Order: sequence, then C-alpha cells, then structure tokens
Amino acid sequence: MSITRDEVAYLARLSRIELTDAELDHLAPQLDQIITAVAQVQEVAAEGIPPTSHATGLTNVFRDDVPVPCLTPAEALDQAPAVEQQRFKVPRILGIEE
Amino acid sequence: MDLTRHTAAELADKLAAGEVSATEVTQAHLDRIAAVDDRVHAFLHVAAERALAQARDVDDKRARGDSLSPLAGVPIAVKDVFTTRGMPTTCGSRILEGWHPPYDATITQRLKANGLIILGKTNMDEFAMGSSTENSAFGPSRNPWDLSKVPGGSSGGSSAAVAAYEAPLAIGTDTGGSIRQPAAVCGIVGTKPTYGGSSRYGVIAFASSLDTPGPFGRTVLDTALLHEVMSGHDPMDSTSIDAPVPPVVSAARQADVSGMRIGVVSDLSGEGYQPGVMTRFQEAVELLEHLGAKVTEVSCPHFRYALPAYYLIAPSECSSNLARFDAMRYGLRIGDDGASDAEQVMAQTREQGFGAEVKRRIILGAYALSSGYYDAYYGKAQQVRTLIIRDFEAAFSQVDVLVSPATPTTAFGIGDRADDPMAMYLADLCTIPSDLAGNAAISVPCGLAAEDGLPAGLHVMAPAMADDRLYRVAAAAEAGLTERWGHPLLAGAKGLDR
Repeated sequence: MSITRDEVAYLARLSRIELTDAELDHLAPQLDQIITAVAQVQEVAAEGIPPTSHATGLTNVFRDDVPVPCLTPAEALDQAPAVEQQRFKVPRILGIEE
Repeated sequence: MDLTRHTAAELADKLAAGEVSATEVTQAHLDRIAAVDDRVHAFLHVAAERALAQARDVDDKRARGDSLSPLAGVPIAVKDVFTTRGMPTTCGSRILEGWHPPYDATITQRLKANGLIILGKTNMDEFAMGSSTENSAFGPSRNPWDLSKVPGGSSGGSSAAVAAYEAPLAIGTDTGGSIRQPAAVCGIVGTKPTYGGSSRYGVIAFASSLDTPGPFGRTVLDTALLHEVMSGHDPMDSTSIDAPVPPVVSAARQADVSGMRIGVVSDLSGEGYQPGVMTRFQEAVELLEHLGAKVTEVSCPHFRYALPAYYLIAPSECSSNLARFDAMRYGLRIGDDGASDAEQVMAQTREQGFGAEVKRRIILGAYALSSGYYDAYYGKAQQVRTLIIRDFEAAFSQVDVLVSPATPTTAFGIGDRADDPMAMYLADLCTIPSDLAGNAAISVPCGLAAEDGLPAGLHVMAPAMADDRLYRVAAAAEAGLTERWGHPLLAGAKGLDR
C-alpha cells in the first residue's frame, strides 16, 4: 500500500479540508490506486536527466512599471464574505488562551 | 436560413455586408439557447441583456462607419474559468458561486475589444479538473449527438454549446486535453495553442505550467479566426511569449499539405483504443497522404509515461494554486459562528465548497510535494517531462507534424466513469504529451465510429509557435473528408431531434 488512511487524513488537514469519515474511507483506496499507477514515472526517470518545471524556458520576465488605476476600496471589498470599517472581516486567527 | 446554422466566417461576411445586424444574430443565438439549453445544459449563466447591449453597440459603430474587427458582431460562449467583470464566474465550483470578478481576463478584454458578443458562461468540470463536465458543481452538460453521453471536458459546456448551434464560437482552456478531447467527442474543432501563445491573465489557475486558453469552432477556418483574435503577447502574463501570432488564418485558407512530412505516433494506438476510432483515424491519414503529404511512422517511447507524469505535476500545481480559496476575501465562507477560528472556517469552507475530484487532486498534490516523497514523485515527473520534450524534438527533426487519434474512444455515457478516477483519466491519453511539452495541437472531426455512430477526432501536433501547421493539416483533412461525407459531420448530430 502506498498511502494509508491516516496519511490521507493528515494531508487533508494540511490542505485545510475537513473530510468526513465516509469521505476518508472512499478517498484513501482511490488515492492508493492512483499513486500506485503514477509511480510508473520512477521506471524511466534516471540520474542525469534535468527536470522541467515549465516549457517556455523564460526567466526573469519584466514589464514596464506603469501606474494604472486600481480598484477602489468599495470595489475591492464588494465580494467579501464580511466587511467592517472598510476592511475584510475574518474569523479570529489566535486561540483564546494566546 | 436559420442564422445559428451559419459559420462564424459566414456571419462575419453577412454582418460586414449589412445583410444582418449583430442584434439579429445575437437574438437568434439567445433564442436557440432558450430552446435547447434545458436539455444540453451548456451554459451556467446566459447574459442576454448584456449581449444584446453589446450587439447594439456594434451595430451603432457599423452604422457610423467605424472600422471594426473581422469578427465584430459574432457571438461567442466563454468557459466559466475566464474572469468576466460584473458577470458571474464560478469555475464550476460552489466555492465561487455568486462571485462577480472585479476585472476581466486579458482574453475577455480582447474578445470585447474585437466586438465579439459574449452570450454567457459555459459549464465545466470544477476548476477544469475532469474529462466529462460531471465534476461541475452545477450538474453535467450533455452531448448534442446523444444526450445520454458526456460532451467531454473540462471545457464540455463550450464544446456542447458550439455543437448544439447555441454559439458559433467558444473559448476554453486545455491543461491535459480539456479543449481537444471535448471538441473530438462533440464533432467540432478545438485547438490548444502553444503554451504562452495565449494569455493566462484572469484565467483561474489549475496547473499554471500547463493551462492554455484556446478556441472552439465548427470549422477549421472559424477556429483559426478566433485563435488569431484571442492570442498574442500579454505583459500581464509572465509566461506569455513575446512574438507574433503564427499565421493561422492564412494557413487555414491555404489547406495544403503537399510535401508536408506527417508522422503517425505509433505509441498512441493499441490496447484501449476503440477500433472504430482507429479506422476513422487511419482513413484520415490515408487521405492526407493522397493529398500529397509524406506519411511515416514515428515512435515517441516516453509518451506512455505522460499520463502518470501529468497526474503528479497537475495535482501538485493545483494543490498550491487552490490554496488561495481560503474563505477570507471573496467566495464561500462556511462556519463563521464567532467561536470558530480562521483555520476551522477555512477547513469547513473547503470541505463544503470543493467537490470530490478537486479534493482528490489537492490531497494527491500535497502528497507528491511533501518532504520524503518529493524526489520520488514530483521530481521524477519533472524528469519525465524532459524525456517527453526530447521525444518531440527527435520526432520534429524528422517530420513537420505528428498525428494520432484525439481520444482513445468516443463519448462515454454520463455516469459510466464518474467514480473511477483512473478510467476517467484515460480520456486524455493522447492529448497530455503536448501539454507537458508546451507545444501546439488541434482536434478536427474525422468521422463517426462504426460501433456507436459517435464522432472521432484527428489530432495534429506541431512544435511550439508553429500553430499554423495545425491549421494547414486540419483544413486539408476537413475539406477532403467533408467532400467524402457530402455534408459537414455535425449535420448528422441528432441528439436534439429525438
């Protein structure tokens, strides 16, 4: 087995996805099957072959730094789930005891 | 004649000649959408009033004698992955339901600037992950050839809209085949331009090193006309190629393969390929040879590792890209009860906002990138990507283009592969190598498979920035095959007549 149910639960927690037990039961064997299949890449990728992260080969691309109009505060906040005092209102980020 | 039956090129001529107005053309397509889209479900949002306002604006400009783009007044359907200012953009996901982007994608801007009339936003697999539109949070689209079949994906709403005459043109994105595979199974034309040839700015990211916007049309010329308008350098996309758009329209008009060297990829055949698809593919290759092309067989031995490499690279990039959906500044927020902290709200929102396939891929990507597994999975997949690029380089030193079937099979039934990820992934077997290499490829209809009477696609692959070669080959095949059939292939699509 290439991935266990516990590992899937751990990765889901790292990915901030609160999976249900039923989903874990369903996903873990599927992911195991997928990982076993994709592990084929290990058959051919040998030492000395450089990795490719993207195909264009472009590096350090710059454009002219031209000032353009930006969103107004109202436009920027228009789609926010919650707003307070012209700011994004978010749930607390520190624990009660901290 | 019903205006929706015309090609984009014909509509453009009629509009320029003043035979029809943009308003009439737009209304005809809106009427068609109203008549059939409850069965096809190609659209997630129809922007009828905005489209008619845009059409009136084009008509006014034409009446004033303003100089207009060749496609001004021609309607288009836009995949819901492109941001459209003030128009809903969901990417097929609950997590973006009701979101109205504050800006337009570069391509959206270019469509508007060229006077194309945006009819609405088309359905897609959630975040472009899938090959059937069944992963859309808003229900699947249906194939106009047979409503019990999938229209392909992820750009299946766009392919279905064009095949159902709801729009003469559409745009989509191709990350592993998401333009060419739906085009093939719907019997229309779809192109994945060279990576970097079309802008990603404002295209909601799935796998950034692969995502490539491109055109759909019912004919090769229509597809080329749209390709030309939507492409070109964009300073807002750091991976955009700063070079002129290849001469795709003149290539489509030229439709000449005499003397061209065409390589049949022997590795894209065999087990898993439907016999009727292979028969139509081989007939198309024989036709091209008859038209003067020099056909040889070419081997690309690493293509068999493209699918596994893709299912490491794409999920890895997706797990990183989709971290932005954190319920803080836009989109869905679940569980903000005043007691839960930000991480709990994030985890609940992502649990309820993402569908099964998106979760599968985020977790798969997190696994492939995690320390201890990175070298064995993501690192190896990146090396395979190099081997596939080398296969293409070796092949293109011998031939001008490569050909294969576009898909191993015709459209499968809705539900048939829905909970079998590996079976679903095989739909992109032929298309993934071009995405990994970043070069250009097209699918053009090559006939109906004898077993099921459903369309198959001829897949043509060209080197990066040689997109024009695709159109030469596809247009020659289209002309020869249409003559043989006696009518455009799509005239046989009867799914909406039953």
